[in-house]
Amino acid sequence: MFGKLTLDAIPYHEPIVMGTLAAVILGGLALFAVITKYRLWGYLWKEWFTSVDHKKIGIMYIIVALVMLLRGFSDAIMMRLQQAMAASDAAGYLPPHHFDQVFTAHGVIMIFFVAMPFITGLMNLVVPLQIGARDVAYPFLNSLSFWLFMSGVVLVMVSLFVGDFAATGWLAYPPLSGIQYSPTVGVDYYIWSLQLSGLGTTLSGINFIVTIMKMRTPGMKLMQMPVFTWTSLVTNILIVAAFPILTVTLALLTADRYLDMHFFTNELGGNAMMYVNMIWIWGHPEVYILILPCFGAYSEIVATFSKKPLFGYKSMVYATSCIGVLSFVVWLHHFFTMGSGASVNAFFGITTMIISVPTGAKLFNWLFTMFRGRVEYNVPMLWTVGFMVTFVIGGVTGVLLAVPGADFVLHNSVFLIAHFHNVIIGGVVFGVFAAINYWFPKAFGFRLNEFWGKASFWCWLVGFWLAFAPLYVLGLKGMTRRMNHYANPDWQPYLIVAALGAAIIAVGIFCTLVQFYVSIRDRKKLTDPSGDPWGGRTLEWSISSPAPFYNFATLPQVRELDQFWEDKQNGVAYVQPAKYEDIHMPRNTGVGVVMGAFGTVLGFALVWHIWWMAAVGLVGMVAAFIVRAYDRDIDYWVPAAEVEKIERSRHAKLQQIQTTQVAPVAAPQRQKVA
Amino acid sequence: MSGAHDSHDAAHHDAAHADHGSTKSYLIGFALSVVLTLASFGVVMSGLVPHDLMMPGIIVFGVAQLVVQLVCFLHMGTSPSQRSNLAIMLFTLLILAIVVVGSLWVLHNMNVNMMHPTSHMMPVE
Repeated sequence: MFGKLTLDAIPYHEPIVMGTLAAVILGGLALFAVITKYRLWGYLWKEWFTSVDHKKIGIMYIIVALVMLLRGFSDAIMMRLQQAMAASDAAGYLPPHHFDQVFTAHGVIMIFFVAMPFITGLMNLVVPLQIGARDVAYPFLNSLSFWLFMSGVVLVMVSLFVGDFAATGWLAYPPLSGIQYSPTVGVDYYIWSLQLSGLGTTLSGINFIVTIMKMRTPGMKLMQMPVFTWTSLVTNILIVAAFPILTVTLALLTADRYLDMHFFTNELGGNAMMYVNMIWIWGHPEVYILILPCFGAYSEIVATFSKKPLFGYKSMVYATSCIGVLSFVVWLHHFFTMGSGASVNAFFGITTMIISVPTGAKLFNWLFTMFRGRVEYNVPMLWTVGFMVTFVIGGVTGVLLAVPGADFVLHNSVFLIAHFHNVIIGGVVFGVFAAINYWFPKAFGFRLNEFWGKASFWCWLVGFWLAFAPLYVLGLKGMTRRMNHYANPDWQPYLIVAALGAAIIAVGIFCTLVQFYVSIRDRKKLTDPSGDPWGGRTLEWSISSPAPFYNFATLPQVRELDQFWEDKQNGVAYVQPAKYEDIHMPRNTGVGVVMGAFGTVLGFALVWHIWWMAAVGLVGMVAAFIVRAYDRDIDYWVPAAEVEKIERSRHAKLQQIQTTQVAPVAAPQRQKVA
Repeated sequence: MSGAHDSHDAAHHDAAHADHGSTKSYLIGFALSVVLTLASFGVVMSGLVPHDLMMPGIIVFGVAQLVVQLVCFLHMGTSPSQRSNLAIMLFTLLILAIVVVGSLWVLHNMNVNMMHPTSHMMPVE
């Protein structure tokens, strides 16, 4: 009846897991009680869960990513603590099997359920606003993508308390991840959570490519798109090109585990190396999928806070596109030591070094943008400068690892761990925090607190270096990754310093949470009445904060790059149109939530081999989709009068604040036109 | 979404209509497809083609037919309205080539390097 699922699947004997479970249940009950007490369920359902508004979906992605960051980071703290303790005679507090699950969960969660939703969330929030669109091309699909992603999140979280998670490392290499060596459901949780959320990601990719190609505001040519939109376009092309490879690779692994096939097994013609090869053909573009939108965010931030147009816009676009293509021809540098000959290793070593060139070009562009600019060091800019310094060092160690000979020494050492945390934390995490601080007013209508933002930044920067500089040293000393215990007592001091660094990062995360709390408390004081708190250059700053649900009352006309900046210079940025028109908008729908819920059921059933339940999940998903396909009531019109009312109050507010902004507000006689 | 986007879509639609080929192009495509299909069968069934050339022959005719259908039925071409479709197609082919050729190269190279009988026998010195 319940397949492999029995009561034994709950790990009663592991006090850490049970303690977490108790905390989660209590926290969940408290949250449930609060929402019920304040009667927020209806509000959440109507305004958020069923919303197809790209801004709300983006915000939900980012909230989930923040929550998952806490989960992934607790895994990190546990590992740092274990390694700080488990030298020579001491065994530490985590048994090996648990430790293996912790490092696997840490990697999987941080990449798939923290970094990816941060990026997707930012693209959702910003891209339509930057190109003057009223939503994405397929609003329902967008909601579906989010809820498929959520079903992946739920599966990963469930694996903590029911059964176990993969203990294979974050890419689940066979033969270790095959049924013979991983007979429990851990790898199955891994497979199905990634397949579900990966489906969501692929659909998002298609959605955003179409949005950017087809829904730009009249007049906006490709070479007039803001850089963040450009990097998002390339990222989404990479998503559509690369994620199917992950899907197929995991499907073949599934066939090995469920159907007794032998794609990647040791015997009967299987070849585990093919898995490693294919997963990295996806895996390398994946890291550029994560970093490119962050590069875009840095570009916007640098230009805004240097009060200058971005230096080398075109070279930025071409560099991004080059990285997009080159990211597909470097994958073998992840397994130089697997046995390829000199010619293959040399080819991929050289391509890896080449890909650092366009990235280097971008760095110079940012520096030249700052050069002789009136640079304003507020929170987003601090993250950006911190990124430049940190990322360059990460890039240099990456080029070092690109030398196959050096890689033979450093492969799978903690030097590699330090390198990729150097680029992912220094590049993606810093970028995401920069972007959150930068675009927060556009989402919520008030700025984030500066003091706690700066405190968070400094804790992250110092904590990062304290946590990972020792790992560079240890890597050179020969310490390999994923060690539950080590015999060499000389390593312990370094690992204690690293644990200290992780603790300082924890303080940084705490500061971010305090920052949110303080900012919400002081939202009146931090309010952004103009919609343009930073003196921005791109279209999203031309509308009110928070953006109205229809984004643009009238679609802006674009003739050049940074049109909004030009309009402000010419005093025509805030002209009221003579007449408003009805606006066509998509209607909210709960089908995405329903499909996501059935998807979770499907995934859970497949993990535990509960076939009847899997059938329920699949039929439910398909049926919900068919119902949606026959639903004709999917859109509505916002009457011109309502648009006019909203816009009038906005313009009245603008006139009140008049010239407090850096940018000139439209001349009064122009505003009388309306 | 909006009025402007509707007209946007409409413009796109017109362009797509303009690209919808004539009866002639459909007939040419159909005829070529039939010929290429027969040729593929012919390679195997006629007995005129040496055994070694059968597989390459089928592949060549298959790819040729793919191109014919892309051009004649899906109207892929160099006209301005089709340029982005063409670019996407070429990019797709590039990625496919990288994945397939790259994987074969990498795996073959490893096979030669690691699984060769003599390298197994070689004494470690």
